[in-house]
Amino acid sequence: MGLLAKKKQRREAEIPTSSMADIAFLLLIFFLVTTTIDVDTGIGMTLPPELDENVEPPPVKERNSLKILINSAGQVLLEDLPSSVAQIRSEVQTHVQNQGQDPRYSESPRKALVSIKTDRQTPYNMYIATLDEVWMAYFEIWDNEARGMGFLNYHEYRASLESGDENVIREKWPAQISLAEPDTGE
Amino acid sequence: MGHFTKKSKAKPEISTASLPDIIFMLLIFFMVTTVLREQEVQVRTILPQAEALTKIEQKRYVSYIWAGPEKLRGNRFGETRVQIDDAVIEDMTNIRNIMYRKLTEEPRLIVSLRVDETSEMGVVTDVKQELRKGGTLRINYSAKRDISGL
Repeated sequence: MGLLAKKKQRREAEIPTSSMADIAFLLLIFFLVTTTIDVDTGIGMTLPPELDENVEPPPVKERNSLKILINSAGQVLLEDLPSSVAQIRSEVQTHVQNQGQDPRYSESPRKALVSIKTDRQTPYNMYIATLDEVWMAYFEIWDNEARGMGFLNYHEYRASLESGDENVIREKWPAQISLAEPDTGE
Repeated sequence: MGHFTKKSKAKPEISTASLPDIIFMLLIFFMVTTVLREQEVQVRTILPQAEALTKIEQKRYVSYIWAGPEKLRGNRFGETRVQIDDAVIEDMTNIRNIMYRKLTEEPRLIVSLRVDETSEMGVVTDVKQELRKGGTLRINYSAKRDISGL
């Protein structure tokens, strides 16, 4: 009796761990396959809140807004002059950086506004191309400013900011892009 | 000479005891980073290309709206439709309610507009107006990096 009991106690029940790696591998492969590493990229915008019908939108001086019109055929009208998408970037830059010198352009960077108006039939990729050019104009201005502050580019400046810090560059050159209200008429 | 023979006899083996641990570490990494694949997209969205791109780092806050020609059987495409989650939207005025509900669940919501490049602005404007009514103001026009232009 005593001998038998002793023998049973000694035999320890062990789970074989040799297959553990294989099980883990299978799970790993599953998650590898389902993972999408690619980051979503796009042009970020903040829409204006819905307007109260009784409240008039704040008036903007004619010279402070740069109007870009894209018609249904995808043709660009820059301040009532037919032009190409490639011209937008430099035009936006002269408009924003005018500092009140040329009476046709903005009074100051903080008052400068870029307004994009489209038609219902405007091709979407033309709209994106225009928006892209406008943003690139601002990015280039910001890059310049960041270089003046001793950074390599604006991206590096952004990375150097702590969460509570004020973004001085954007404060100085705010990107004010207005996506005009569509015409309710017609 | 004797020393050499002795050395060659001893087989150097890498211990595999820690292999499961290493694999587990990798596994946990992928489990944490994985966002499981979402719904099947029923409209075609070939994204436009752009240069001034920003990345959306917090994928968890993102909600997608697809718009583009509806995929039909036999590789054909139909009318331009709007899709949210797994449903094609028939009545555009539903968007404001859907987005408002999403916003109350996640106040940091970013709406990513994945619009086909051949679409017209009409549908985009309609969606945008609905988003404003729903109060979801942070949007992102999804676009790919322009590879040819650089």
